[in-house]
Amino acid sequence: MAEDREPPPLADAVQTDFREVEEGEDLFVSTVSTLSPTSPEPASFPAEDISTNSNGPKQEILLDDDQEDLFAEATEEVSLDSPEREPILSDGPSPAITPVTPTVIITPRVDALFDRSLDEVKQISINVLYLFSIIQAFYFCLQGDGMNAYMAYKVTTKTSLSLFSRNEFSVKRRFSDFLGLHSKLASKYMHIGYIVPPAPEKSIVGMTKVKVGKEDLSSAEFVEKRRSALERYLMRTVNHPALVKDPDVIQFLENTELPRAVSTQALSGAGILRMVNKAADAVNKMTIKMNESDAWFEEKQQQFENLDIQLRKLHASVESLVCHRKELSVNTASFAKSAAMLGNSEDHTALSRALSQLAEVEEKIDQLHHEQAYADFYLFSELLGDYVRLITAVKGVFDQRMKTWSKWQDAQVMLQRKREAEAKLQYANKPDKLQQAKDEIKEWEAKVQQGERDFEQISKNIRREVERFEKQRVKDFKVVIIKYLESLVHTQQQLIKYWEAFLPEAKAIA
Amino acid sequence: MGSNEDSAQSVNGSSIKITDVTQDGDTLTFAITSQKSSSSAGVCVFRTYEDFEWLQQGLFSQEDVPGLQGVIFPPLPSKPLPSTSLSQAKALKQLGFLALGDEWMIYCKALELYLQQVAAHTTLSKSKALYSFLNSSESPGKQCGKKGILNRLSQAMEEMRKEGHKDVDEFFQSERDSSTNLSALFKLSTEKFLDVVLNKQRLALACGHFSTSLHLCVNQDNPTAVAFSKICLKLSDIIEAVKINYEKVSDNDISTLGLGLDLESRYQEAKREMLFRRTCKLVELETANRNSERAKPNKKAIMEGVQKATQKEFDIISSVAKQEIEHYHRDRVSLLRDFLICWCEKQLSTARESSALLSQHLDACKKFAV
Repeated sequence: MAEDREPPPLADAVQTDFREVEEGEDLFVSTVSTLSPTSPEPASFPAEDISTNSNGPKQEILLDDDQEDLFAEATEEVSLDSPEREPILSDGPSPAITPVTPTVIITPRVDALFDRSLDEVKQISINVLYLFSIIQAFYFCLQGDGMNAYMAYKVTTKTSLSLFSRNEFSVKRRFSDFLGLHSKLASKYMHIGYIVPPAPEKSIVGMTKVKVGKEDLSSAEFVEKRRSALERYLMRTVNHPALVKDPDVIQFLENTELPRAVSTQALSGAGILRMVNKAADAVNKMTIKMNESDAWFEEKQQQFENLDIQLRKLHASVESLVCHRKELSVNTASFAKSAAMLGNSEDHTALSRALSQLAEVEEKIDQLHHEQAYADFYLFSELLGDYVRLITAVKGVFDQRMKTWSKWQDAQVMLQRKREAEAKLQYANKPDKLQQAKDEIKEWEAKVQQGERDFEQISKNIRREVERFEKQRVKDFKVVIIKYLESLVHTQQQLIKYWEAFLPEAKAIA
Repeated sequence: MGSNEDSAQSVNGSSIKITDVTQDGDTLTFAITSQKSSSSAGVCVFRTYEDFEWLQQGLFSQEDVPGLQGVIFPPLPSKPLPSTSLSQAKALKQLGFLALGDEWMIYCKALELYLQQVAAHTTLSKSKALYSFLNSSESPGKQCGKKGILNRLSQAMEEMRKEGHKDVDEFFQSERDSSTNLSALFKLSTEKFLDVVLNKQRLALACGHFSTSLHLCVNQDNPTAVAFSKICLKLSDIIEAVKINYEKVSDNDISTLGLGLDLESRYQEAKREMLFRRTCKLVELETANRNSERAKPNKKAIMEGVQKATQKEFDIISSVAKQEIEHYHRDRVSLLRDFLICWCEKQLSTARESSALLSQHLDACKKFAV
């Protein structure tokens, strides 16, 4: 079924590979239908962005130690024989860090988006370490109707890893499936110190609008926002060397059918974080103050606190920027209209034409503002938002370590008590109770040892995770800045074209 | 008035410049330099807004200028409201684009254009008031001026009714119709453009905040933090460049198209006022005609006299008005053309600068391997 579909090869093919799906028709059963040219196009700046490694493996091998000055001119030599070749099969430090950014920045004029009323197909792509994976969120709504309708996303993976049974495959997933995946991973890995990427938030309002069939700007934007968020979420998850090997992840990517995740209310990103926070609170409420023998952890926690505050501030700044930019687009469009009316009413021919040209230029500029607002949003705002949530996950992991420590301490206290009890029993002359006490001591000694091992393991894991996280952060931001700059340069160059075209019109007014 | 006196009085319109403005509390004082067309010696005087109002009144109340009511008077900008007394929002409402720009530069430009237009007008340039305004060392504004033509468009409802009065001349009827229509459209466009420009200024501010926040993200704790700090600083520079670009773009907007649209709007209003005056005269004429027809024999002669005089006035006003309208059409097109070209050239230049700068940033960022 799914595997019969040829997933669109590259990110820049997104605009040509949309399929039209009839209402109610299952995507994977329909016959091949013609593709529509009016599907939303990516922004006109190059879609072959860095993150999707559209040129295959050779681009994505990154050295582990980022020791060079970031702004130095030296390029990195990468050896294909390096140990990074088999990254995900070892538990060692994650070598290849794929920047996580939206692969396609959709800048729809949303009417184009709704030309085929949500039957259109959108795609998310994930790139799994040399794996070319396009999560194309084919959302073809309306399985069921009304409030039972749901949006489905098509996740397409291309891989060369032996973990998977095929090289290319696609599956259909719902939003709740993503949440289910996250909850499973969180329950399995957070307590041993892995930073599990948080899933996107549920949004009842947004989704309801879409279900109700409200075909407007905000619905389309919401869906695209979600699709993009899911894409980034999956990318981060499969970029994690341990997580990508997890059977739940493999199942998620491969299996045609997934058991429906239940009680996703509790499993939402917010739900998980609530759980984490509760754990944190519980830890804090315990009056046991952890004797931090390792200054590294204390420093790191403080750094993450600071980083959290900084990122939130940046996020707020960017949101404000996006807001003003969108407003500018609206105002420019309004001005363009009034200039057009002027052009129509003006008697003097050449002046009338110039004014009409003016109106057209302003319309085009409005479009530019609109696209730029999207770039602002999808590049920065979402990235910052993601990182704010990631840091919460990081903090959660630190708290897990404290929990582990305190469990170990409790075990030690318990052991002490058992020993004391046993000592007392020595003199009390109750042989069966004595035996029991000795057994209990053995039990608790084992627990203490386990506790210590757990604590050391989680500390070790956290160190490694944090290092990976820090590097990822730098990479992600670097990539985004370049993309953003490209969009800015593109905008300016378009402006230049428009002004150059308008100048002769203005000069032609006699 | 001999020709000697005329040439001695006539001023070289394009030489009129407002070279300086100072603010004292709520009062602005403008330094105005000009040259007579006959000599290269310059004169500099200091005037306040009241003086300009005096000048405008003086122009309205010129005697022995036939058909004065048919003249399209160059529009005087509204009174400037120094921000010490009133909020920015009020100033914007009153003055529009003229309230923007640094240090009243745009406002001064508008006043300058006003004076140049008066000096370029064949009839108005001969006015004693203008001469006095440009040359007298004393401030003329304190003198009590004669009440002349009032701008009636802002008056009582019964006066407003006259505006719809059907015309006897097709040329004028169509001019009146198109004037009403265009005037509204230009006003609307000016407002919309003002919204756009203000929005750009807000955007520049937001960029500034973002840039500052990035600057504060500096952290030297470990190599990765250092790397991240560098990125933030780089981005801060980029956003700063974006901010400066927006500031330049909006300044360009204000000083060219904004000013042009504002001027055009006000000139349209001036034309409408002239047409209204003529329409009022038409109403007066038609009343005189009726009176003359209905007059009793003993009053008939007087009524006929009034009718003839009114007819004569109306005809002169109409012929002056026709000329004025022709000049108006020619002048406004050339004015708009100049502003549009200037706007386009400035924006083009700014876009090129910005593109070059951002490309530089992009190259620098790409040089380090991702």
